Amino acid sequence: MRIELVKRKEHSQTMALLSPVIAVALTALSAAILFSITGHNPFVGLYKFFIEPLTQQWSLEATIDKATPLILIGCGLAICYLSNNWNIGAEGQFVVGALFGCALPILYPDFENVATLPLMLLFGAIGGALWALIPALLKTRFNTNEILTSLMLVYVAGLLLDYLVRGPWRDPDGYNFPESRIFSDAATLPEVFGGAMSLSAPITIVVAVILAIVLAKTLKGFEIRVMGESPRAGSFAGFSAKRLTLFSFALAGALAGLAGTMEVSGALNQLLPSISPGYGFTAIIVAFLGRLNPIGIIIAGFVLALSYIGGEGVQSAMGVSNEIASVIQGLLLFFVLACDTLILYRIRFTSRRIADGEASHV
Amino acid sequence: MGDSVAETTLPEVDETVQRQDRSEKETLLNAKGLTKRFGDILANDNVDLVINKGEIHALLGENGAGKSTLVKMFYGSLEPDAGEIFWQNQKVTIGNPASARELGIGMVFQHFSLFEALNVVENIALALPNPGKMSDLAKRIETVSRDYGLPLNPDDIVADLPVGIRQRIEIVRCLLQEPQLIIMDEPTSVLTPQEADQLFLTLQRLAAEGCAVLYISHRLEEVKRICHHATILRHGEVVRECDPTLETAASLASMMVGADVASVSAGDTKPDIGETRLALQGLSAGAATPFATALNDISLELKAGEVVAIAGVAGNGQGELFDAISGEMRVAPQMVQLDGKPCGSKNITWRRKQNAAFVPEERLGHGAVPGMKLSDNIVLTRHGTGDRLVGGGFVSNVEAGALEKRIKQAFDVRMSHDDPEARSLSGGNLQKFVVGRELDRKPGVLIVNQPTWGVDAGAAALIRQALIDLARSGSAVLVISQDLDEIFEIADRIAVISRGYLSDPEPAAAMTRERVGLLMAGGAEAQGEVA
Repeated sequence: MRIELVKRKEHSQTMALLSPVIAVALTALSAAILFSITGHNPFVGLYKFFIEPLTQQWSLEATIDKATPLILIGCGLAICYLSNNWNIGAEGQFVVGALFGCALPILYPDFENVATLPLMLLFGAIGGALWALIPALLKTRFNTNEILTSLMLVYVAGLLLDYLVRGPWRDPDGYNFPESRIFSDAATLPEVFGGAMSLSAPITIVVAVILAIVLAKTLKGFEIRVMGESPRAGSFAGFSAKRLTLFSFALAGALAGLAGTMEVSGALNQLLPSISPGYGFTAIIVAFLGRLNPIGIIIAGFVLALSYIGGEGVQSAMGVSNEIASVIQGLLLFFVLACDTLILYRIRFTSRRIADGEASHV
Repeated sequence: MGDSVAETTLPEVDETVQRQDRSEKETLLNAKGLTKRFGDILANDNVDLVINKGEIHALLGENGAGKSTLVKMFYGSLEPDAGEIFWQNQKVTIGNPASARELGIGMVFQHFSLFEALNVVENIALALPNPGKMSDLAKRIETVSRDYGLPLNPDDIVADLPVGIRQRIEIVRCLLQEPQLIIMDEPTSVLTPQEADQLFLTLQRLAAEGCAVLYISHRLEEVKRICHHATILRHGEVVRECDPTLETAASLASMMVGADVASVSAGDTKPDIGETRLALQGLSAGAATPFATALNDISLELKAGEVVAIAGVAGNGQGELFDAISGEMRVAPQMVQLDGKPCGSKNITWRRKQNAAFVPEERLGHGAVPGMKLSDNIVLTRHGTGDRLVGGGFVSNVEAGALEKRIKQAFDVRMSHDDPEARSLSGGNLQKFVVGRELDRKPGVLIVNQPTWGVDAGAAALIRQALIDLARSGSAVLVISQDLDEIFEIADRIAVISRGYLSDPEPAAAMTRERVGLLMAGGAEAQGEVA
């Protein structure tokens, strides 16, 4: 008896929808095992982690706050990954975007009018895009590996933030705490729906819907999908791989930068030495769990946001280390990628002997 | 085919072996009732096959007839759902290729599995269970390859070798294991006529020594020439067995497709030659990678109303020439001209808008995106050519779907359900689709690389006729092909490409296979250097 992977003739639509669900189920199972071997009741653990955050208004609002940047960044990353550009540096683009966006209220605190916030958001998007264009240009000009360069720039961005907050951008009236000044009202993202969520949430949903339409219905979306699946066919179609690399990195960077600006101007209201609990990295999982589809990413963003809130929940209620959230996120990515195999392959249990090694060769 | 060599040097082999009665010979492999099912498709249905010792046995059939499935069961890479295989009268179960090789069954694949950066002896050592010392192996390779008339230098790097020699490596690799049955899948598709003759000598010698050969080919003339017996598969069943020497190519073809194959006719009327549509002037381009071929000062004028064919053995610059004409590789503006407009530096979409169309050699992954639906694959090459497929940046799925249906009907593309992913079509059907997608536009200039490579006889005839019809309707057609039968069937003028040099095109009526063979073997190069 052995297990075989048999290639399907076409992609399975059912599996494309089912594979994230299977992945979440397997992750929950693994989490339960983790809880039990650390001496906790697995059912209570799972409840506290995945369910309880959804039962209370404050935790639901917190989940939306966390999901918003994840979804926005994840949508941009999906465009990159669909077109075969492996942008791992969204965390850095998020930070640099935040820096660009905050430059206005920090350096010109007296510039307070209706244009303040839109300008901040614009600068934030530009900053993120510029930071993302560095690995893109290196890739198109010198053929460097964008996975490495984009990742390394995350740490450069982090140090830049650290330097600015502790140095030139420190609040002059802040008793030497490493914080910028608090933003004025004109520079603060307003809340909507009676304070239930920040304006960033509806903006994110609009962006995701627009991207979903672009991907599914337009020639640009077609170009992105073709390039990801078959670059040779893409160049036969007349699409330029280099231009698309620049485009997708710039778009992903702009969205990450926008998310960064909205985070500091909304949730934090000032610049701190650390402004992200790893949104840029978690968004990679969000993008894949959402099947690189903006609508799927909205759902996936909520699932991953839950893991942040749930991690805090199990820590305070059960004394399990907060790090369990990172472990569960990692497991989730692992299972998502593994389950994706099922979209193009099916599993067959067989008692027969077959030489798969050379079967593929023939 | 250029048969003078083999027929004059080996008359006794032809005479003695072919005329023998099959039943007198010793049975080597006897397959009874082999059945293999893939999902809904019955790939092999109760197939019986007997291969005798010392027999060159042809396995004929259209694409999708079940030939590959059958030989994979012999080679152990597929297991039959039902049926039995007897090897020298012993019932055997061939579980994997290693046990097939232990029995004495070897296989030479259509697509080579060689590492280009390694040398000959290293490549062979990788495939042997016990390669032993490299120096000993190198000596064995030299001896065996010389004995069988396939001389190899063990120290040559594969990347430097032409395709014909690469195939020798595969064959010698097989011979080193002293097989009693060699399965060959389309071995001559990559060879010049002269190289093919050399291979036939080797096969006849092997047969004379008692080794059996199971020979898969689409080239009926060569099957007629060298095979002793033929089994014909259609839709997974054995429909006929015959002695190919007693048949004609046309009768073999009609057995394969189950009906008379429409013969391709160039029409009695002389082609009405018009203006120059495509001109290449001193087209040169360096090799982009160590494994690519440089193009050297290629000039050609392609006129409205004619089919010009470029013959040549694979890997002599055909792909690079195609890329330069299509615009996937950019060159100096004057080097490529469409209707007198310099466009060497323009992109492929610009050239398509000039009413040029292109069909590349590789169907999946170049001409079509494997995981995308056929309607999406229509958008792939026609988004810029004003078929109302794109409006305001939005792709119209309705228009694309309508085009897909039109092409499917006009070119008889068969599919299990409407608008499937490209990867699920068989090679012949996908080729009909890829060619049909371009012909549907009625392009003024059509460039096709290997129009019927690996395509069954019925589909090939349909495609060739469509190419001729396009030219007769006033378009210019350039066909790059390795198939000489095809070239002589459809071309008005023939040029030969060799190591990146192109010979002057000559009228097809004045060309012979021998002359084409000489040009392939380097004559084109000499001509190019003189010119």
